[in-house]
Amino acid sequence: MTVAPPTPPPIAWRLATVLENRPETKRTRTLLLDVAGWPGHYAGQHVDVRLTAEDGYSTERSYSIASAPEDPRLALTIERLDDGEVSPYLVDELRAGDTLELRGPIGGYFVWDVREGGPLLLVAGGSGIVPLMAMLRHRAAALAEADARHAIPARLLYSSRSWDEVIYRDELTALAAADVTVEVRHTLTRERDQAPPGLRRRIDAEMLREFAWSAGVRPRMFVCGPTSMVEAVANALVALGHDPLQVKTERFGPSG
Amino acid sequence: MASISRGFKGRRPTSDAATRLPPGQYETRDFPVLSAGPTPHVPLAGWSLTLVDARGRSARWSWDELQALPRERITKDIHCVTKWSKFDTRWEGVSIDALLEAAKVHGVEPAPYVVATSYGGYTTNLPLADLTGGKGWIAFAYDGAPLDPEHGGPARLLVPHLYFWKSAKWITELRLVERDEPGFWEVNGYHMRGDPWREQRYTGDE
Repeated sequence: MTVAPPTPPPIAWRLATVLENRPETKRTRTLLLDVAGWPGHYAGQHVDVRLTAEDGYSTERSYSIASAPEDPRLALTIERLDDGEVSPYLVDELRAGDTLELRGPIGGYFVWDVREGGPLLLVAGGSGIVPLMAMLRHRAAALAEADARHAIPARLLYSSRSWDEVIYRDELTALAAADVTVEVRHTLTRERDQAPPGLRRRIDAEMLREFAWSAGVRPRMFVCGPTSMVEAVANALVALGHDPLQVKTERFGPSG
Repeated sequence: MASISRGFKGRRPTSDAATRLPPGQYETRDFPVLSAGPTPHVPLAGWSLTLVDARGRSARWSWDELQALPRERITKDIHCVTKWSKFDTRWEGVSIDALLEAAKVHGVEPAPYVVATSYGGYTTNLPLADLTGGKGWIAFAYDGAPLDPEHGGPARLLVPHLYFWKSAKWITELRLVERDEPGFWEVNGYHMRGDPWREQRYTGDE
């Protein structure tokens, strides 16, 4: 006779308080939240957000967590979709002092903790950077010693439309400047200006061959972005010999 | 106990959509893709589907053999745990009822639960009762065309009355088992049954 495992409690809805609604780029903002009783999270997890109108109508969306588990404030970075129902409200309307109903953390697969080791290969497209930024922030917060950082080097290949649309641009630049074990490579698919750094094409196999570790190094790989970009990157990594089970993906559907 | 979101108006679905949307869902016209890893590309020549029972007896179909089974056209609403729902999706496939019937000659007997396994190794668990009685299919066409690999082609499980992760992509095996064992997504925090109308999204929900 086997004993049934105890059913865990449901993931509770909590009322978060907005501490700050901070601009990142023209189309994205970060909500810094104080969530009473937050149970903690792993980098890469997400939350469900529920909005309720005065007549009781409500709707939900999922958003990746941008902050490291070590950060006492929960950060959500939201891309404003012009025809969206929820993202324009979160980006344009919410301000410090407002409340926001959410539950989480959610998802146990697209997550990374320094205890899993590395090297850490991150490939982002557009707002797909958000859960990967949580991983970089977690890595920086958890690995104070240079030796520890050398043991788990990290590389980020990040595709954006233009230099102005690079989310966390200054923070990424500062992170790479302060830590030789972090490499950040940008590629800009629609940038007209010659001046900004980085490549000027969509992420392709050649780019990954040159920038990513070889399959023999067995990096932990996380790919997040629009479906077509994730498909192309994941297929290319497999073609380069990487173990498909080590390529963890998160594809962005609409999250209006 | 919902908290009012200051200044939130929202966009009400039409009355028709409102009755078809499970709690917490919104309608999309796109067909978003959700997968945990790279898309497996499975050549039809090597493709097979195996139905194995709790005592190890099995039936196996090649691609051509599956195509020879009675096929059905299915039009259903689908609901993804990531919140989108899509109405009137049109599929073509073979019902699990038909597979069980065809497997009888191999001595394959039903069991209370099923573990569905995909090419690539992902698994999900379901009660057999959620697959039989015209509720589950092996689908190989979507909207009149062969199913795209990124949407689970060559063939996926189709169980439209449950959250869509239960409709395992790249299906290759259905294993009948006596006890309900969590699959890949369920081990990673998702609900054992996943009924969208009861909003059974995550471990611990209802």
